[in-house]
Amino acid sequence: MTWLPVIIVMLVCIGIAVARVFIGPGAPTRLVAFDTINTLVVTSLVILAMMFDHVIFVDVAIVYALLSFAMTLYVAKYIQGDKF
Amino acid sequence: MGVLNTISYVFIGIGLFFNLVGVIGLHRFPDMYTRLHAATKCTTFGSIFIITAVIVQSAGIWALEGAYPSQSVMCIHAVLALVALLVTNATGAHAMARAAHRSGEKPAKAVVDDLQEKEND
Amino acid sequence: MSFLITATVAYLIYLVLTIGGSAVLLWNRAELVIGAVCAVAAGALLKNRFIGKNLRMLNPARWFAFLVYLFPFFFAMAKANIDVAYRVITGRINPAIVKINPNLKNDLSLTILANSITLTPGTLSVDVDEKTNELYVHWINIDPKVLKDMPRDYHPICDSFPDWARRIAE
Repeated sequence: MTWLPVIIVMLVCIGIAVARVFIGPGAPTRLVAFDTINTLVVTSLVILAMMFDHVIFVDVAIVYALLSFAMTLYVAKYIQGDKF
Repeated sequence: MGVLNTISYVFIGIGLFFNLVGVIGLHRFPDMYTRLHAATKCTTFGSIFIITAVIVQSAGIWALEGAYPSQSVMCIHAVLALVALLVTNATGAHAMARAAHRSGEKPAKAVVDDLQEKEND
Repeated sequence: MSFLITATVAYLIYLVLTIGGSAVLLWNRAELVIGAVCAVAAGALLKNRFIGKNLRMLNPARWFAFLVYLFPFFFAMAKANIDVAYRVITGRINPAIVKINPNLKNDLSLTILANSITLTPGTLSVDVDEKTNELYVHWINIDPKVLKDMPRDYHPICDSFPDWARRIAE
């Protein structure tokens, strides 16, 4: 089972989403693109764990998913103009 | 092992196709809400399939080679990562849509906007 | 009671995460003790946040209904993704935000319904009215029949999902 082409296609996906972060327009669109990148990075970390046979990458992926969720919620709260 | 490899390749193919459709949809659609449709649904669905392929591979190695600790741990932790991704993605999409609408982002080409009427009252 | 449930759930999650730490047994003794201390601390801190006063989710029939619900949900999700892929390729959209009233009473069932709407065909929940429990849904390709009458019919949006949510959480 070769995982290298899979990770290359995932990197291409992340690159396309990064282009949307730079183009914009406006904060909500950039936030959507950023959330997409977070999901793709979590998936890529799981693939990398299988590729290099290191379990610690999956743990990193779990923590990354939860922390990026908190980041999304806080940036969304900031965009809608609430006080913290 | 051959059957498991075939299943994994099929799952990875489906997953990569939907991930690509999701990120292309980020560029094809006109406004933030439709982009959120493409981004949330397609990347969540694609990630489910790719992580399932990893689970199938590690579970296969675990079942064939006996108590091989690293693969068993990877199988269980990948299931947990999948659950974390599923729970957080839908909720995050909800939060982003609500924040965008409250910050005044209009849905492009919309026929009806009930929420806008409620805020005008 | 709520302290006990919170601590038990925290301890179970900890045990699943640390499985396979020792080669002989599944867990070694130090891990078990440290996990128990942390679970008690988490239960004492979070007992009012995690479960509230309502204990009806302890009923195993509701968990069974939730597991059965996953199958129609997964089929709807696959249909949604093929639909979105078709719209990405052709670029044919007709969006609108509509208000629906699913007649649900508590927060958990409304959460389940909102998440299901987000992941199923062509719809995305945008906002919720906390007083009347009405949902505002962004719909990517609207059905013109729904626009005629004002209390909108929710069956084209999420056909039987409100009934499932009521069965699981009310």
